Amino acid sequence: MADADGSAEFSERIRAAAATSTPLRLCGSGSKDFLGNAGCGESLDLRAHAGILRYAPDELVLTARAGTRMADIDAALSDHGQMLGFEPPRFGADATLGGTLAAGLSGPRRASSGAARDFVLGMRILDGRGQTLRFGGEVMKNVAGYDVSRLMVGAFGTLGVILEASIKLVPGPRAQRTLRLELDAMSALDRLRGWAQRPLPISASAIVDGRLYVRLSGATAAVQAAAAELGGADDGDTFWLSLREHTHAFFADPRPLWRLSVAPATPITPLDGPMLIEWQGAQRWLKSEAEPSRIRAAASAGGGHATRFRASVPAGAIGNVFHPFSAPMLALHRRLKAEFDPRGILNRGRLHPEL
Amino acid sequence: MTAAVSQSSPADRDAVIAALARVLPADALLHERSDVKPYECDGLTAFRQMPLAVTLPRSVDEIRAILLICSERGVPVVARGAGTGLSGGALPLENGVVLGLARLNAIVEIDPRNRCARVQPGVTNLAISKAAAPYGLFYAPDPSSQIACTIGGNVAENAGGLHCLKYGLTTHNLLKVDIVTIDGERLTLGADALDAAGYDLLALFTGSEGLLGVVVEVTVKLLPKPDSARLLLAAFATVDAAAGAVSAVIRAGIVPGGLEMMDRPAITAVEAYVPCGYPTDAEAVLLCELDGIEAEVIEETAQAEAILRAAGATSIRTAIEAHERSAVWAGRKAAFPALGRLAPDYYCIDGSIPRGRLPDVLRGIAELSREYRLPVANVFHAGDGNLHPIILYDAANAGERERTERFGTAILALCVAAGGSVTGEHGVGVEKLDAMCTQFATPEIESFHRIKHAFDPDGLLNPGKAIPTLRRCAEFGRMHVHRGAVSFPDIERF
Repeated sequence: MADADGSAEFSERIRAAAATSTPLRLCGSGSKDFLGNAGCGESLDLRAHAGILRYAPDELVLTARAGTRMADIDAALSDHGQMLGFEPPRFGADATLGGTLAAGLSGPRRASSGAARDFVLGMRILDGRGQTLRFGGEVMKNVAGYDVSRLMVGAFGTLGVILEASIKLVPGPRAQRTLRLELDAMSALDRLRGWAQRPLPISASAIVDGRLYVRLSGATAAVQAAAAELGGADDGDTFWLSLREHTHAFFADPRPLWRLSVAPATPITPLDGPMLIEWQGAQRWLKSEAEPSRIRAAASAGGGHATRFRASVPAGAIGNVFHPFSAPMLALHRRLKAEFDPRGILNRGRLHPEL
Repeated sequence: MTAAVSQSSPADRDAVIAALARVLPADALLHERSDVKPYECDGLTAFRQMPLAVTLPRSVDEIRAILLICSERGVPVVARGAGTGLSGGALPLENGVVLGLARLNAIVEIDPRNRCARVQPGVTNLAISKAAAPYGLFYAPDPSSQIACTIGGNVAENAGGLHCLKYGLTTHNLLKVDIVTIDGERLTLGADALDAAGYDLLALFTGSEGLLGVVVEVTVKLLPKPDSARLLLAAFATVDAAAGAVSAVIRAGIVPGGLEMMDRPAITAVEAYVPCGYPTDAEAVLLCELDGIEAEVIEETAQAEAILRAAGATSIRTAIEAHERSAVWAGRKAAFPALGRLAPDYYCIDGSIPRGRLPDVLRGIAELSREYRLPVANVFHAGDGNLHPIILYDAANAGERERTERFGTAILALCVAAGGSVTGEHGVGVEKLDAMCTQFATPEIESFHRIKHAFDPDGLLNPGKAIPTLRRCAEFGRMHVHRGAVSFPDIERF
């Protein structure tokens, strides 16, 4: 039934695993193995399930199988001057589309143009029963049925195996410029606050090492006018790649890396380590050995949550890396997990020890 | 599966009303026939049903109390905002309680520093933008009913609007939604941050048509108001050329704030109703509005104009000043009432398709119009492939309602065959339950019911809406095969 798209073997594996309640660990290239809680079980390698199925530049839509390398998608899009609007991090040369969506990561452009889930139009998935399900499609507007495709983004494969995804694309900017201003973090955050309330073509921002970096993207005239107004020195666009891929010197610090997701105007709280602030204030990277509870409390106070993103100790040795849920929220997560994956075999424990 | 809620006896009804009366002030509980009459339908007036009672709470505590009573007694609950929905999502149930949220209409906070607004569910869509205007900010989604529709309803329907091509749907413009579940639990979906820990329940909840929980507070994103806009009105000698122009604009990397199309029947009707200078000799017009930073708008308007000409535009008018733009938009906005003058009744269809299929599907609709012997006009969001064919008919003519209905069903089947959806923005409600069976197979429908079960195990929140039962799909499929036509055994239509 499922083999029109070559996914029958995965479906069989899941059915067999469900019959014996054997956990399955979903794998792509392994570029994001460091992220999340420790997985367990037999690996289900999805890399062979690859290929761009449809790419219609006129429609600004691409449909590809989960195992498709992000590098291959980038190459196809750049031929037409198009790109992924959420500028996802790869964290590895062979990173796949499925892993990128399952991890739900978005890059520097996120605050201005949207997150991974905002660009997902449809998906084909396998649930924990081995059934192939198709939600959404390739159209821009579709309110038929619950929005299950977006639910899959960031679910770390615990609700279903992503087989294919249709993604809305964006045209590449006609002009782009990066500005660098020497400013302390508090002043930089204030400066961004003021700019955020006006229509400016800011597509990314970062505060690090006493500097504010701003990327302007859009029509040539608009970028030029904004650059003249915002001031600062020109910097290269490669900065954003180092930020997206965590190759910037900030990330070399040996302390654990925390990600704090907070309301953008949240005041800066000292947390025993250097901080790099992105997304106009809404995403804050912290290198710190401070008590996890203290870091989480600071994120909660800012209306958000904290994730222990990367650490030298193996996942599993440090408890839940994600922000804990309230009891009713955990109960709802458990019920949803049970509906999609009644035997609890898909990426057991990866998102939460109890899911 | 939605629970089969048995018909309540008069004694049960009295007991439910008495229980509600104990937790609500007298003016927050309606149960006399004449009092509940105004709530018997929403914007899809062809469907009407008197409810057991209507509750009009003023606080979250009252909402929780109502839900607890209904939950304990197994009474279904239908949440309602302004009742402007077009698919019957807020249609009452005979043995159910309507939970009207219009009195929770406070704007709790406008936070310009975090560019968001925290509001109660009964606040109207337009009121948010008005409250944000002093800060130079606005709330982007603008459904045509924005003067009346509430944000709670917008969340339930994932409402779109004229400008969602550029600014997205409701789902793209929310930070956080507080809900109360059927068992009275308050949960926060999303966060003040751009994401939340765990599953993206905010995305799942948006557009769930009142089946998963009751919205009690919404935090929306605000955007800086664009400081400039220009509107192009382009005429075309064929619908195909206009549809081709839509693709050409998108392909060029231009994202207009709005990109709307009207065909000749619509143009003629509008010009007869509110003359605003649309070319009546054109087969189609495109309204292409570019907004943003002034320098960008000027640059993109010039590009768009060149693209439209290259795509065969026979004339182009540019409106720059606000009053000029309003004058041109006036025609588009008056299209429904204008068409309403041409026939005693009209039926607005809502389907979506890939933009590249516009020429084929519009031709298909024209063929169906001949086949069903009913005129149709097209006024729609061309930029995002969201069609709104309007079928003109006269319910007084024998068989014409039924023919209209079959015509509508055929249009939606055409949309699905073109890779589209049976609803782009109006929702499923009760109107599109059969159409859902065309779009989804059994495993997906089962999966939807399982999701509902995770939130609402007894199936008390808006049961029977949005997701068809498998039995209904099976019957629909059989009818389709055996009769080639649809009838509606369990609900009244038109």
